[in-house]
Amino acid sequence: MRITVDMNLCESHGQCVFAAPEVFSFDDEDRLLHDPSPADSLLEKVERAAASCPVRAITVTPGAR
Amino acid sequence: MTVPAELVIVGASLAGLRAAEALRAGGFAGTLTIVGAEPHPPYDRPPLSKQVLTATGPPPDTTLPVRDDLHARWLLGRPAAGLDIEHRTVNLSDGTAVPYDALVITTGAVARSWPGHRPPPHGVLTLRGLDDALRLRGELRPGRRTAVVGGGFLGSEVAAAARARGAHVTLLVAAEQPLLGAVGTEVGAHVAALHRGAGIDLRTGTTVEAFEAERGRLVALRLSDGSRLPADTAVLALGAVPATRWLAGAGLDIRAGIRCDAYLRALRQDGTVAPGVVVAGDVASVPHPLAGGRHLLLGHWTNAAEQGEAAARTLLHPDRPEPFRGVPSFWSDLHGARIRSVGLPALADTVRVVEREPAAGRLEVAYEHQGRLVGALTIGRTARLAAYRQELQRRGNEATGRDRPVPARRGPR
Ligand SMILES: Cc1cc2nc3c(=O)[nH]c(=O)nc-3n(C[C@H](O)[C@H](O)[C@H](O)COP(=O)(O)OP(=O)(O)OC[C@H]3O[C@@H](n4cnc5c(N)ncnc54)[C@H](O)[C@@H]3O)c2cc1C
Ligand code: SF4
Repeated sequence: MRITVDMNLCESHGQCVFAAPEVFSFDDEDRLLHDPSPADSLLEKVERAAASCPVRAITVTPGAR
Repeated sequence: MTVPAELVIVGASLAGLRAAEALRAGGFAGTLTIVGAEPHPPYDRPPLSKQVLTATGPPPDTTLPVRDDLHARWLLGRPAAGLDIEHRTVNLSDGTAVPYDALVITTGAVARSWPGHRPPPHGVLTLRGLDDALRLRGELRPGRRTAVVGGGFLGSEVAAAARARGAHVTLLVAAEQPLLGAVGTEVGAHVAALHRGAGIDLRTGTTVEAFEAERGRLVALRLSDGSRLPADTAVLALGAVPATRWLAGAGLDIRAGIRCDAYLRALRQDGTVAPGVVVAGDVASVPHPLAGGRHLLLGHWTNAAEQGEAAARTLLHPDRPEPFRGVPSFWSDLHGARIRSVGLPALADTVRVVEREPAAGRLEVAYEHQGRLVGALTIGRTARLAAYRQELQRRGNEATGRDRPVPARRGPR
């Protein structure tokens, strides 16, 4: 799958980090880091992360690389 | 209870929309009717006290996206006025009767109004919905004298937004610090310093006794210290009250929100489960694992979103329901500071400062009750929250009879 995060929208809520820590994390300045093409086995978690983002900054495209 | 064919959701906002989405995602193929008091389709409220007030151009659109495949019948601008549990019917204020097999109640909360006998004059506003926010936005012009009344997050956000728009802002707080009841002295002191640093006249230990009006329009507030505060606009941020008035006489336990069991099923006054009724969001009073099973009303975005899904799950899987065990989380943005919290800070008897770096605008505090972690809050340190949340999730799972993290659910593919 392919993940994009709109960093203009992201407000570092961290809900995605709670939902899918394998994919999302913060650096020391609270900037969000993410794996843009994680394994498909993580799809459920990533979709949960996208749904839990209060500003809908995360877009998930299943299957894509 | 089998999976219903006719489903009605009352309350067309975050929790209601999330319930609708989860029902469809879970395979519900029956009729879905969504009843909403407001004429607007579902929208997000957090920006109403932030970007919607501060934007210098046109205010941002906060409408929540609704998927085309939701296939819902929307009855908007038509508040529900009554509920007949025995005949499974919702009665709308225009006289329409809407029958249901299963009902999701997500009517949220309303702003607490001025407790005085006489209604306050024009120029005294509250903030809960989009229309309120647009009205308030129109009042926040540079140089306007604006009084904000209330020691909670909403009052602080409105004060910060008004100041950002160039208004002269006085924030009146009954306690010795803003946010004291919610997050304790350490965070309260930090936020008080932010307010003062931004040029807000913060007056603690001060309440409003009365409003002075001329030709029906506010001109000043009379305060508990005997002083008179001239003001063009006042915003009352006195807290939220669950929207249960329409349920009077329905037989549900609505003493403080709608009392639910751990599966979000509504309880009747005699403590039994009301057939076919689940509840989610700000209106729901839910037994909380982190509070030793005590019933809590929470007014947080994440809670409403998660409970909407959980209520749908209870309806979809009546024979194997799962207790709701979401870890509360809350955020606020004040003067550019990102306040993020998890758990239930308000329950704490001890607040432990883990890191404090005021110059860098950083704060990390842990909340404990009887020696156990109940919550955490960070400012400019969101990265630290994940570990606290994990610990709280583990504890919540333990308390509801699970010692391992909940495995991701397998949905239909
Ligand atoms: C200004 C503001 C700022 C906020 N900021 C934050 C924040 O920064 N972080 C955070 O975590 N949370 C914040 N919140 C809280 C968050 O928005 C709420 O927790 C969330 O909106 C709750 O969703 P809900 O669907 O349960 O209820 P609501 O969003 O209150 O929606 C309830 C809906 O039901 C409708 N309704 C009521 N009665 C009836 C009836 N009889 N018939 C039909 N419909 C009815 C209402 O009109 C409303 O549309 C904020 C809230 C406000 C008001
Ligand atoms: S949940 Fe959304 S806003 Fe929060 S860190 Fe993740 S992408 Fe950013």
